[in-house]
Amino acid sequence: MLKGEAICLGSDIDTDLVIAGRYLRTKEKAVWAAHVFEDLDPALAPRLSGAVIVAGRNFGCGSSREQAPIALKEAGVVAVISPLFARIFFRNAINVGLPVLEANIPSCSDGDEITIDLEAGSFELGGTTYPFTPLSPRMREILHAGGLVNYWRGKA
Amino acid sequence: MSRTLTERILQGNAGEYVDARVDRAYVHDGTGVLTLASFREMGVPIGIGPARISVLFDHICPANNGTTADLQRELRQYASSAGVLFSDCGGGICHQIMSEGCILPGEVVVGADSHSCTGGAFGAFATGVGATDMAAIWASGETWFRVPETIGISLDGSLSQSAEAKDVALTVVSRLGMEGATYAALEYTGPGAETIDMDGRLCICNMGVETGAKNALFYADPVCREYLAGYGHSVETQVPEDCSYREECTIDLDDIVPLVALPHRVDSTRPVADLAGTEVDQVLLGTCTNGRYTDLKRFAGMVRGSKVKVRTIVVPASAPVLLRATEDGIIADLIAAGCMVVTPGCGPCLGIHSGVLGEGEVCLSTANRNFKNRMGVGGEIYLASPATAAATALSGVITEPEVFHA
Repeated sequence: MLKGEAICLGSDIDTDLVIAGRYLRTKEKAVWAAHVFEDLDPALAPRLSGAVIVAGRNFGCGSSREQAPIALKEAGVVAVISPLFARIFFRNAINVGLPVLEANIPSCSDGDEITIDLEAGSFELGGTTYPFTPLSPRMREILHAGGLVNYWRGKA
Repeated sequence: MSRTLTERILQGNAGEYVDARVDRAYVHDGTGVLTLASFREMGVPIGIGPARISVLFDHICPANNGTTADLQRELRQYASSAGVLFSDCGGGICHQIMSEGCILPGEVVVGADSHSCTGGAFGAFATGVGATDMAAIWASGETWFRVPETIGISLDGSLSQSAEAKDVALTVVSRLGMEGATYAALEYTGPGAETIDMDGRLCICNMGVETGAKNALFYADPVCREYLAGYGHSVETQVPEDCSYREECTIDLDDIVPLVALPHRVDSTRPVADLAGTEVDQVLLGTCTNGRYTDLKRFAGMVRGSKVKVRTIVVPASAPVLLRATEDGIIADLIAAGCMVVTPGCGPCLGIHSGVLGEGEVCLSTANRNFKNRMGVGGEIYLASPATAAATALSGVITEPEVFHA
């Protein structure tokens, strides 16, 4: 079970908005976490610890930069929920062990508590249980291993 | 019913999951550093032959500070010790170098950059992945895919003098929208396809990902065959079969007019004529979308003998492009017209160096993305073709290419 408080964002949030190109000149994860969403709202980064991001459609479009899901995870984001993810971001998120749930949420406000049951494939918000699109068996395996690096370590 | 080209290459039907052998796997300096870190953490040996891996420096070339120099040195040393194919700073943009004889029809090509879909111009399945996925490909030589559904885009007619492949790419993005082809393949067919040269096909496939597409491709036809023969490859052409598409649309190339994409959405396009007179501070010709030889030639043909009115940055896509343009006088024409010609690479496109915008500055760029703040905090980016960029550079305001074709 995962738990967090919702932070609601709009549609078409591209990976430049998640972490701007000017912060890619390092491999320090803490730098990415400190500047995550800076161009969207500079006040967001400190609020992300323990947050579930509830985004509009097409979250993570744009660059393949894996620093985007890493920055979110490093900043303490528990999971991201969107009705539609850009595919490279979606796959990267699983690969770094960040749960991404494809689901429609009729309404949600900042601070709403969300409880996610990855095994059951559902989450609870405001007393209602919503299903999310199940991950493929391979993606579930990778996510359960804690990401693709650990998945491969298991094979070494 | 036969399979789409993507289904044929991945050897599966749309919706199925397959494990595919990766023929070419490449990273750049930006993603390569993370790939190497993930690969080392995995603690497994290279399973893919080194000859199938390329490491191509393009994002910060030459290095702009000590941190990036150190990161590049680590990756350079690894590339040398592992015996993989390596292109150092100055060689050019990864997608362009891969298109110079390194990608063949029918191959599965994976790059750690979203614009790796560019390689579909050769009738290959080419797509972008993240760094850790690439590390796993280094380990195994293969990866998993969900075989995408395909959107068929049939091209009719031929482009007018002032419209370019870039205008086709912008038309497709605005028609499908930024998420309209999410997880799908775009397959370009029809009699109009053969009227578009390889540089144009690379540009069109490059922008496939701006619709959310997993990959975009043209069938390898005689135009492709002849291009690859120039690199010493003899390839078979691919023949379209009667396949079923998720969606189909037809684009009449005769109807294509020069377009611009407005800040900050790639799918928000208007005819250049509607924006004529908009002041710009900078023009950028280059990037993995439009830094090719034919782009430079077209631009130089328009600015030759005149002076640009705003700062104009030209980034050839690769060293061979720069060399060819130098040998036939194009670079001299560009410099004489007042353009800055900088080292082949990606710098200004992602606002990392060599052309970052100041707050409130406006750039008309031939790149593929105009996301908020991409080229600098508070900057505004319009996207257009090389011909529109040349007309705009000469006027200092957004200008239709026709004005200078008359």
